[in-house]
Amino acid sequence: MTDPALSNPRTVGPRPRRRAWAVIGERALETVIRASGVSAILFVLAIFFFVFREAAPVLFSDDFNFLEFLFSAQWYPTSDINVRYGTWALTVGSFSVTALAMVLAVPFGLGAAIYISEFSGPRQRETLKITIELLAAIPSVVWGFIGLTVMSRIIVALTGAPVGVNLLNGGLILALMSVPIIVSIGEDALKAVPDSYREAAQALGATRWQIVFRVLLPAAKNGLLAAVLLGVGRAVGETMAVLMATGHAVHLPHSLVDSVRTLTANIAAELGEAPVGSSHYQVLFLTGVLLFCITFAVNLTADLVIRGVRRK
Amino acid sequence: MSGPKAIEVQDLRLAYGAREVLHGISFDVGHNEVLAIIGPAQSGKTSLLRCLNRTIDFVGSATVSGTVRFEGEDVHKVKDVFGLRRRIGMVAPLPVGLPMSIYDNVAFAPRCAGVHRRGDLDTLVETCLRQAALWDEVKDRLDSLGTALSGGQQQRLTIARALSHQPDVLCLDEFSIAIDPVTTMRIEDVLKELSREITIILVTNLVQQARRLASRTMFLWNGEIVELDTSDVIFSNRPNDRRTYDYVHGIFG
Repeated sequence: MTDPALSNPRTVGPRPRRRAWAVIGERALETVIRASGVSAILFVLAIFFFVFREAAPVLFSDDFNFLEFLFSAQWYPTSDINVRYGTWALTVGSFSVTALAMVLAVPFGLGAAIYISEFSGPRQRETLKITIELLAAIPSVVWGFIGLTVMSRIIVALTGAPVGVNLLNGGLILALMSVPIIVSIGEDALKAVPDSYREAAQALGATRWQIVFRVLLPAAKNGLLAAVLLGVGRAVGETMAVLMATGHAVHLPHSLVDSVRTLTANIAAELGEAPVGSSHYQVLFLTGVLLFCITFAVNLTADLVIRGVRRK
Repeated sequence: MSGPKAIEVQDLRLAYGAREVLHGISFDVGHNEVLAIIGPAQSGKTSLLRCLNRTIDFVGSATVSGTVRFEGEDVHKVKDVFGLRRRIGMVAPLPVGLPMSIYDNVAFAPRCAGVHRRGDLDTLVETCLRQAALWDEVKDRLDSLGTALSGGQQQRLTIARALSHQPDVLCLDEFSIAIDPVTTMRIEDVLKELSREITIILVTNLVQQARRLASRTMFLWNGEIVELDTSDVIFSNRPNDRRTYDYVHGIFG
């Protein structure tokens, strides 16, 4: 017979127990991560509050017309006799640059994501992914340089436009900046589709393209939509590159080669010159609030769309 | 012996990288025959099936040699590999409902093959679901997601899907692994019915299932055919190979 103490662990000693510090440590860690989670909400609210606080006085002053602020294209903040704070041209500028960028970047980005995920070989895939991540790491001011020098010359040469820094230039630069995001998030979404779907479709005699269009795109549509919207977010919020590439003229664009100014670029360019506490300064903060509301609306719509898609 | 067999396999070898998993196997399957393939895990059963309809092509590291003939034609020389896959249907061990409606699941392969008339599709979907003994359960909710069905229903859905392209050969890879005995019996009835019209190759871990359904049974072990004979011989007390007897009677290893 063997020693009974070896055959039955219960007789060796008291039941093993976790140490007190391990239990406390876990509780503490839980509190810490809860705090970091909740802090996200807090930060968003705080940012909104402080920006709004700077903007509030002008919003409630008598000679300020809110409708004019939103829908007038006249922006003369430093005029001596006829001060006008209408941001319509800036809003249109932001939207048109973003829309142009998305028209170019979405097909390109999703196409690249599909190629990397479904058609490329393993070595090619690694090379492409690393290159695209590098592209995402280029600082926006460098993109601005490219827009200001290289791209503007090409545009002048090709279109005969009087200036090369314009809507087309900004849209191209923003498209180039959004593509890496769309590609990497889109590729993740496609990779997340289980291989069993691919195998099932293959066994049913589907060609590669039939698999892509009938199985993968429907299965990955939420992720792909998220990829596109992150691209939109990047484009709407981008400041430095559009400041340098769009020509910075407050003006409702009539063609692709018209110069425009965006909400973001306007704030960046003028805030340093506006005296603190002046109505110009306050209106610029109100523009920030407007920008905040636009991105919030875009994100909210995206969320609702994704939820709607999921329910079906 | 007139004309080609449904499937003729000669000296088929398959390696994943440097590891050979099928060591030169040869067999054939006649028209409207039910052939069962039994054998322990890792003996190459699934790999063998994947060589038949060339879904093995998608495994980058796989190298295949030897010939597989389908209706007398070398499958590695067919021009339309997608058409080949539609003629040799495949049902995977774990049911995979594609993330689309029940209707679209069954209509997937016909649509890929170019059938788009709503009326044709409707008829086809109903026929296939009836053949797979699923129609009565889902006829009122053809628009709901295929992935929302229970495991057994999904398995029958994959069978309906495999039938939707009207295959000449139906390969089933351990179809009963995820479903209950009652559903299994229902599907077995379906298979018996189908075997009048099409050739069935059935990989199974259930020895009794092979005995119930198959006219002939192959015992595959470590990538080699130990024995291939009529089911009567394989499941008798006197198969030709001692290992077959041991495996079938549960005293293997």
